[in-house]
Amino acid sequence: MGLIDNINKLFDHRIRLGIMSVLVVNENVDFNTLKELLGATDGNLASHAKTLEKANYITVEKSFIGRKPNTKYSVTKSGRIAFKEHIDALEKLLNKKN
Amino acid sequence: MGEEKYLEDISQIKDLMNRSSRFISLSGLSGIMAGLYAITGAAITYFFLLPEPGSYVTLHSWNFRLIIAILIAVAGLSLITAYLLSSKKAKKNNEKLWDATTKRLLASFLVPLVTGGIYILIKLGSQHYGLTGSLMLIFYGLALVSASKYTIGTIKYLGYTEIVLGLICAAMPGYGFWFWLIGFGFLHIIYGSLIYFKEDKA
Repeated sequence: MGLIDNINKLFDHRIRLGIMSVLVVNENVDFNTLKELLGATDGNLASHAKTLEKANYITVEKSFIGRKPNTKYSVTKSGRIAFKEHIDALEKLLNKKN
Repeated sequence: MGEEKYLEDISQIKDLMNRSSRFISLSGLSGIMAGLYAITGAAITYFFLLPEPGSYVTLHSWNFRLIIAILIAVAGLSLITAYLLSSKKAKKNNEKLWDATTKRLLASFLVPLVTGGIYILIKLGSQHYGLTGSLMLIFYGLALVSASKYTIGTIKYLGYTEIVLGLICAAMPGYGFWFWLIGFGFLHIIYGSLIYFKEDKA
């Protein structure tokens, strides 16, 4: 018991899991790079990013490069901890079964 | 229950971490330097080695050999610069330069490039120099597109641009030198600066 509790429901989705995976190894990543890495559509990525932002797992920084809007994402401290717990839980779950 | 899915999750996490942290190590500055080497090489060729209009470069003449030497020097210097700058950057970011991704990147870059190089040499051996510039651009473009699977951002478009340029070059015989100069000189500087200002400085 207790293992399942650490499986984070928020990370139980391909796009959200992907966003976190990319952000924990990069200082910050812009919207288009994320989109290309994950193979997601604009709307899809934006809405999942929003969910993670609301949970306080990532922060969003909007700026302009020239006239083009540029959105940058980075992971928060609590996001990093939550992601680590999620990975640990996955690992334990898989180890237990083997 | 769901074990398969979790295994899949973990492999996806690994894959994304590898791919996303990789592009940081490609330095825009090395693109700019490669462009400068190419322009220098082209300038030397243009002012000292290009045959008079109406005459031809023959395979065993000294200036043909010098042109080949310049080509090899430009390629060699560009590769060495790219290697030095990328390893410096990797060290700064605490990354390993030689990991599985870089090796795959290099392999997918070299296969089209070496194929093209050998093909060009064979054609040169049978006195077909006409399309050398075009072939170099096309094969180099293909090499970039093929390597771009392991990078993020602008490299792929540089590859497409080189291919298009090579095809246009093939349709306009006699201007190979100028297309070569644009493709290997100016395009490298333009794309190198784009990467430099967009990604390195960000």
